[in-house]
Amino acid sequence: MKVLKKPLVFYVIVLAFLCSNSILGKSDKAHDEGEVSSKEEVEAYILHHIKDAHDFHLFSYTSSEGERKHVGFPLPVIVWSSKGLVTFMSSKFHHDDSGHHIVEAGGSRFAKVHSKIYELDATAKEIAFDEHHHSTNAHKVLDLSITKSVIGVLLVGLLMFLGFSSLARQYKNRKVPVGFGRVLEPLVLYVRDEIARPNIGEKHYRRFTGYLLTVFFFIWILNLLGLTPLGFNVTGQLAVTACLAIFTLIIYSFSGNKDYWKHILWMPGVPVLIRPVLAIIELAGALLIKPFSLLVRLFANISAGHIVVMSLIAIMFTLKDTLGVAGATALSFVLSFFITLIEVLVAFLQAYIFTMLSALFIGMAVEEHDHAH
Amino acid sequence: MYNLIGAGLIVIGAGIGLGQIGGKAMEGIARQPEATGKIQTAMIIIAALLEGLAFGALFLGK
Repeated sequence: MKVLKKPLVFYVIVLAFLCSNSILGKSDKAHDEGEVSSKEEVEAYILHHIKDAHDFHLFSYTSSEGERKHVGFPLPVIVWSSKGLVTFMSSKFHHDDSGHHIVEAGGSRFAKVHSKIYELDATAKEIAFDEHHHSTNAHKVLDLSITKSVIGVLLVGLLMFLGFSSLARQYKNRKVPVGFGRVLEPLVLYVRDEIARPNIGEKHYRRFTGYLLTVFFFIWILNLLGLTPLGFNVTGQLAVTACLAIFTLIIYSFSGNKDYWKHILWMPGVPVLIRPVLAIIELAGALLIKPFSLLVRLFANISAGHIVVMSLIAIMFTLKDTLGVAGATALSFVLSFFITLIEVLVAFLQAYIFTMLSALFIGMAVEEHDHAH
Repeated sequence: MYNLIGAGLIVIGAGIGLGQIGGKAMEGIARQPEATGKIQTAMIIIAALLEGLAFGALFLGK
């Protein structure tokens, strides 16, 4: 059975690739997305990659007939328009990201501009923008689509569920895990013994270890997924990191004991007149600055890493004329290879720092003061 | 243009700060090699806080 499984997975993947190629390969050549040669195109391509996308685009190529072909999967678009919930596949946009292709679905018309979906007004023929990039004849809709990042989150959720439930099951029969569990066990112990226990304290750390483990592996696997050529940039989305930071905020705010809130709202041991001023600063620190620093650090590190790697890969195109094709490719390979190695380290470090600071903030909130003021 | 100068200043400041943190941690580890683990942990926390500050400033200046 075990021998059979692996070829089966392989065939499914190959089949999926072939199918997606034959379905999507026939798309029209309205837009030359994916072909980059000049500096501006490189910039646009990198910015496009950093953003979330409504389709899973792997690569594009020009066929022998001169037709532009895209390889990837369409993803479902789910929007809450003025006429209610509307769903359609993103392949209806035909890889258009500039608002030229208008999709009619559920009695409304939609256009996609820079990965944002707009609903056109009843009279509008084509989407128009004023000088402040606000649309004059269309409005944004509540976008609940299964985007590329959502696929990434679901994929990592599934991987973690399978990996850790099998690890947990192994402890029922024997003391030592086998297979991939041997890789996971030291990491779990590391998070528990080096992050949770020293920062939260012997008495309370058990309650929070589950959250810390989840957030550590979630961020780490997503960071590593971002380094694969699949082109995920999930932990480089502000929405994802903000959500994680809000989880931490909720956990340390609600598990904070009386002492913690007393030290924020009515600091003992300082003159009464200073106490309200300190309360404002402490409240801003606890409710805004701590989660903001968590979310911005993760977002900026991962986004910056992606931009650097892609810029170094783009040296192939931008320095083609000065160094020659072979020279530019060699330079690009060497630089991007070493930066990618550093990024593997950063992927772990950022997951560690997020978990570490979460543990530290939780530890501050549940710490017990045995001394009287 | 001005936000690029600002970004440069932020990076200079953060660089000085990180250099101080890293240098002092090295000195500490050299004096007391048995405390390496604790020093590294503290160093990473301070570096992360500084990085958060620098990224916050870069983010606001964008």
